[in-house]
Amino acid sequence: MNAPVAKLTIKDFETDQEVRWCPGCGDYAILKTVQKLMPELDVPKENIVFVSGIGCSSRFPYYMETYGFHTIHGRAPAIATGVKLANPELDVWVITGDGDGLSIGGNHMIHVLRRNVDLQILLFNNEIYGLTKGQYSPTSQIGTRSPSTPDGSVDMPLKPCQFAIGAGARFVARSIDTEMKHLTEVLTRAHDHKGASFVEIYQNCPVYNDGIFEHVKDKKQAPDTRLVLTHGQPMLFGAERNKGIRFNPQTMQLEVVTIGEDGVTESDVLIHDEHNKVLAQMLSDLRAPEFPEPVGVIYCAPTHAYVTDVYSQRISVREKKGEANLDALLRSGQTWTVN
Amino acid sequence: MSVVEDTSKQETNFHTVNAVVVRFAGDSGDGMQLTGNNFTEATAIYGNDLATFPDFPAEIRAPAGATFGVSAFQIYFGADEVTTAGDDVDVLIAMNPAALITNLPDLVEGGMVIVDADAFTDKNLARAGYKENPLEDGSLDGYRLLKIEVTRQVLEAVKPYGLSHKFAVRCKNMWTLGLVMWLFERSRDATIAGLEAKFAKMPDIRDANIAALNAGHAYAETAELPSGVEIYRVPRAVVEPGLYRNTTGTEAMAFGLIAGGELANVPLVFASYPITPASSLLHALSAQKQFEVVTFQAEDEIAAACAAIGASFAGSLGVTSSSGPGISLKGEAIALAAATELPLIIVNTQRGGPSTGLPTKTEQSDYNQAVFGRHADTSLPVISASTSADCFEVAIEAVRIATKYRTPVIVLSDGYLANASEPWKVPEMKDFKSFPVEFETNPEGFEPANRDPQTLARVWARPGTPGLEHRIGGIEKSYETGDISYDPANHQKMTDTRKAKIDGIARDIPDQVIELGEQSGKLVVLGWGSTYGAIHQAVKRCLQEGLSVSHIHMRYMWPMPSNLGDLLSRFDQVLVPEMNTGQFINVVRGTYLIDAKPLNKVSGQPFKIREIVDAIKALLES
Repeated sequence: MNAPVAKLTIKDFETDQEVRWCPGCGDYAILKTVQKLMPELDVPKENIVFVSGIGCSSRFPYYMETYGFHTIHGRAPAIATGVKLANPELDVWVITGDGDGLSIGGNHMIHVLRRNVDLQILLFNNEIYGLTKGQYSPTSQIGTRSPSTPDGSVDMPLKPCQFAIGAGARFVARSIDTEMKHLTEVLTRAHDHKGASFVEIYQNCPVYNDGIFEHVKDKKQAPDTRLVLTHGQPMLFGAERNKGIRFNPQTMQLEVVTIGEDGVTESDVLIHDEHNKVLAQMLSDLRAPEFPEPVGVIYCAPTHAYVTDVYSQRISVREKKGEANLDALLRSGQTWTVN
Repeated sequence: MSVVEDTSKQETNFHTVNAVVVRFAGDSGDGMQLTGNNFTEATAIYGNDLATFPDFPAEIRAPAGATFGVSAFQIYFGADEVTTAGDDVDVLIAMNPAALITNLPDLVEGGMVIVDADAFTDKNLARAGYKENPLEDGSLDGYRLLKIEVTRQVLEAVKPYGLSHKFAVRCKNMWTLGLVMWLFERSRDATIAGLEAKFAKMPDIRDANIAALNAGHAYAETAELPSGVEIYRVPRAVVEPGLYRNTTGTEAMAFGLIAGGELANVPLVFASYPITPASSLLHALSAQKQFEVVTFQAEDEIAAACAAIGASFAGSLGVTSSSGPGISLKGEAIALAAATELPLIIVNTQRGGPSTGLPTKTEQSDYNQAVFGRHADTSLPVISASTSADCFEVAIEAVRIATKYRTPVIVLSDGYLANASEPWKVPEMKDFKSFPVEFETNPEGFEPANRDPQTLARVWARPGTPGLEHRIGGIEKSYETGDISYDPANHQKMTDTRKAKIDGIARDIPDQVIELGEQSGKLVVLGWGSTYGAIHQAVKRCLQEGLSVSHIHMRYMWPMPSNLGDLLSRFDQVLVPEMNTGQFINVVRGTYLIDAKPLNKVSGQPFKIREIVDAIKALLES
């Protein structure tokens, strides 16, 4: 082993490449947060791998001084699965976007989550196709005007966290590009989780979809539009922290209540339980303006991780079959000798 | 009946014949493939040279008695070198009317046909399209018909084991196998051992199957057969001494990939998605976890190719496999491997196409796809296997080229090679030269764009290696640093370099040899892939007739051996047989500016020897 070295800093994770996102792009803030987080994770730098697909977000690996692979559209989860299968020691991060990860690569996203491959998957959601100049995406809200939908989009958008839970993800979280502290906490949790961690990051595209998340980002509005989830804590929000989320057993739905009104007390407000899948499904469906939008760890329920199980199965087969011997394999089954 | 000769002068009760073609045909649920495999094993042990051709429908369990559900297994065995499954059938075993009506056209005049008379019910006859029962209307008079109530015989034989009617009837194939084994003096021992192992936990079924096998044999032996039916004696073939086994192309390919991985000292990650007829390779490798092989059944063809590429990036050798339609889906990923200059092996077990086409039938129609079927200037090596056993060496060669040149390599096999078996002199690994991969470890002067000056292979730096952190991707890269570059001159240079790297492989492959015949002459038959056996026999027959003909068979489809043009120029005419409408021939004509003549067949069936003989003669006489 190498001698102990000085703790790495953010500088160690910056590359010499000129960052080429548009001025004001939310990707800058995410990049900074991730670079700053890296030294804190205590992972040898040479073991870190960033894999991306295609799109603005997928340029990310070029700016990380780690191993990186900028691949093809939508396929990062599949390529990352191969990386992990080849070397389970590697700490693999997948960087994707709403088009890359949920449209062209939707199938791979389903399967990487269901298999529970030990990866951190960061989905930068800006609800638009940026690199191809502004077409609507599978997460665009109905009515989104874009070059391909000049009269407004008419198809229903997909909710990334709900998609992930539906696919069987065991770690689902959401954060916001410019919220460095919150994003750092969420990414740390994602990294600690063994298995596939899915993190949706609200990311502003200042060119093609500017301000789409302003309602949750704006400091004035945020207290009323953002529901910050903490495991074991009541789901309170509002500038006065007098609003909360309650489960209505009659409608079997969540509803917003105000403490002190209609006899509501704090004990009526739901306590966040990140192990509860039904709750996670309901939370991932909430959207402004009817509800505050949840951020934080929505769901966390660790279970078997795919690659670990692949290797343990291999070990048990080897214990049973004994040492590999190719000459013996070639001679297995029925053979005969010609003299 | 050219191959079956009556030379029974020596012993009255034997026909000594040089070679025989036997075909087992029945419903897809009748166990014909299993029967054929057991007979093949016994024949190999007996000491005949052999080749097989399993031919089964795409439907897993077609309605009983339907003509489209007929599954057949053909074996050609003899005293001489055997390289095809034979043109015409000498002995046909037809388990029902559908099997008879679909296979009778291939039976030689006077050939033997063995039928289960119990299966010739009105319902089955109607379903097969017979208006009259062919066992009674005299339409089989030109053949030696052996009409046996097999079902009744089987039910009687397995009665002591108390099986349900359904399971008892299933022993029909073993009964028939027993009878055919008597006919050719095969030993039942290996089949019995196989049944004992397979049904170890189901003693009733095990014992019933063994009893049926023995009963079929005894039925024949105790002279219950009509006069004129005697044992065929096929002399043992003279082959090189050594240890032999049977192998299908799939098995040999799986063994070859494992062997290649060991010789390169690099672990394999095999990622695939089920598709007929390629899936069996995934099955074969999934059963070998004690070796340095991780198998991955991906969610689709694209993911399979991508996972393999991810594995190669991480320092394993990624291998993916499919058949034509699946290879189409992998196309974009293959180009990524070419652009990032990572090793990758793509095995294409070709089938009839286009689209779903003929999933269980064979064709060579993906040559164009393999050599040209990608976007942009994406040249990559393509090699093809010519026999089932040849898949072993071809797989090793694919590993060598992929790891040495850091390039995707396409391996062309086909449905016929994958399923057909032939005896194989088992190689010894010590006879193979290793080609260990050298991973980069030195950070001094490291750039991901660094190349070997000789091979032009890009450096392979595994994640996990300190100081070599780097980024690669599909965007064009600077020749010097590997950083993103849109510079026009750089793109020209990178394109030229990638091409030069692949072209340079021609210097690292053996010279093309002439397989059979003189080094120059009137005609050369230029083949590739699984047409090897038929071409070989055809050329051999023509040589025996004194014709001036030679055989060249290609392994390296791209780049081609440097001396091929010179070899071809020594012949007046070039004949290129292909199981497609003419693909490789266009490259031959275009590259060497010669008027090569095509011979094409796309029926889903391999060439018959005589089809090639006829084409040779027609060309020589023209």
